[in-house]
Amino acid sequence: MARYQNMFTQVQLRGPLEAGPPLRDATFTRTGTGFYNYWLGKFGNAQIGPVYLGTLGMASLMFAFLAFEIIGLNMFASVNWNPVQFVRQLPWLALEPPGPEYGFSLFVPLAKGGWWMFAGFCMTTSLILWFLRTYRRARSLGMGTHVAWAFAAGIFLIITLGFIRPMLMGSWAEAVPFGIFPHLDWTAAFSIRYGNLFYNPFHCLSIAFLYGSTLLFAMHGATILAVGRYGGEREIEQITDRGTASERAALFWRWTMGFNATMESIHRWAWWFAVLTPLTGGIGILLTGTVVDNWYLWAVTHHYAPGYPSTGVIDPATLPGAPK
Amino acid sequence: MALLSFERKYRVRGGTLIGGDLFDFWVGPFYVGFFGVTTAISALLGTLLIVYAASLGPTWNIWLISIAPPDISYGLALAPLREGGFWQVITICAIVAFVSWALREVEICRKLGIGYHVPFAYGFAIFAYISLEVIRPFLLGAWGFGFPYGIFSHLDWVSNTGYQYLHFHYNPAHMIAVSFFFVTGGALAFHGALVLSSVNPAPGEAVKSPEYEDSFFRDTIGYSVGTLGIHRLGLFCALSAGFWSAICIIISGPLWTRGWPEWWSWWLNLPIWS
Repeated sequence: MARYQNMFTQVQLRGPLEAGPPLRDATFTRTGTGFYNYWLGKFGNAQIGPVYLGTLGMASLMFAFLAFEIIGLNMFASVNWNPVQFVRQLPWLALEPPGPEYGFSLFVPLAKGGWWMFAGFCMTTSLILWFLRTYRRARSLGMGTHVAWAFAAGIFLIITLGFIRPMLMGSWAEAVPFGIFPHLDWTAAFSIRYGNLFYNPFHCLSIAFLYGSTLLFAMHGATILAVGRYGGEREIEQITDRGTASERAALFWRWTMGFNATMESIHRWAWWFAVLTPLTGGIGILLTGTVVDNWYLWAVTHHYAPGYPSTGVIDPATLPGAPK
Repeated sequence: MALLSFERKYRVRGGTLIGGDLFDFWVGPFYVGFFGVTTAISALLGTLLIVYAASLGPTWNIWLISIAPPDISYGLALAPLREGGFWQVITICAIVAFVSWALREVEICRKLGIGYHVPFAYGFAIFAYISLEVIRPFLLGAWGFGFPYGIFSHLDWVSNTGYQYLHFHYNPAHMIAVSFFFVTGGALAFHGALVLSSVNPAPGEAVKSPEYEDSFFRDTIGYSVGTLGIHRLGLFCALSAGFWSAICIIISGPLWTRGWPEWWSWWLNLPIWS
């Protein structure tokens, strides 16, 4: 009964470090030759590095650093450059977007949200440069570009929250602030302002895909570890030349739930579930405030939320004299 | 019989935990086993009870059907069927079905000679469910603290329970759980994408080996966890998401009754700041 369940690597091999296949169309060479870490090798690969920095990577890191610095220094300034209070209040500190009085104007005083725009620009630029980097790194190795497009789905959600929806609403004030608790406050306030996001069908889809992704990774990770004794983690080999690991993995699910993926198709399920999480979420964000003002009332209209009995309180906004 | 081309040689006797050969057979693609029988009975009974309880309710609108737990005044006692008793019996059926399903998975693992990782992982989902419907209501002293069975009514429950603690995002265990959900989603995207990009390379290219997968991630971020490691990492992150979700709701009420934003005042009041 008690038998090894493949949770940690028991025997680690040490040989020449892997240098990696030659790169095509690369401006630079890889940095370093890598080194081993024993404890990391217990869990995954022991080798750390080498890394390819490259033009896009360095540019991306520079913009990320700029965004980080702008946010950090603004927060530091907000506590009068007091280092103790900076650390103490850090989770509450924010760099807020421009107020509603500035609309969607491109020129906002720095202290009134201009810094937020700079930080957002630098962060977005950094992400897009990193997307291009993942694309180029894949092509340089002759691989497909699936990683880059998955990353792009996440960038879409970020740009939707910080740029596209504020543009459609005509106000930067709609955007998310930078800050640990402040961005959570924004999320809660956004949901309440628009009548509870739980009634937004695209929010439902996004949550279903997020939970589905977690479920899929638990199922897939567990399945591959379970057939590890048959070499199941050599997935590419199992895709191109099916072996007993693939067969047992497939049969496990077939016998359990009457259906099974293949060693390749499970990765398509994985990719789509994960990618559809930010895509459907972004659509839900785009519709909120632009098309639908109150998701609860919208749900009542469309017969998927119960209408509550009248409380007898009259909404002044519905009276004839109310400003339209 | 819906057999895969290679399936016949795997359909062998044995591996059962209980019942010997009695239920050691398949129905179509499904393996049965003793726990298949208990799963089928409890799942069928629970589903029929949901349908029957729904028939007594005000609506057949699939989005609005809701079977609520008993009123708080019933405490931890049994309630009359129409007063939450249906919810109680359905909950028992669900737990029996889930646990049976996990044990059936164990039998299938034994039959196929593979590890027990999947039923172990599924156990975390069962734990999260039992946390919501049994452990927390038990600690709070009334079944009425469980969530109702309904598509949008259970979302209302989440909303209402969250706002009872003012702002649930400030619950530290909730923060950890959400972070694990997001990290799992990202890791799944990258793992799926990396395998697909190796076996679906640029036009005219040969299929790539794991050496290329490792190099892609080393080139990009300086480290590749590897073909085995990514499945350990994914399983760990996914189970952590479920585990911390369970913790975040168990501590809400039994351990902390005020608003979660207030919980953080210990940090502001640390003696090191003065």
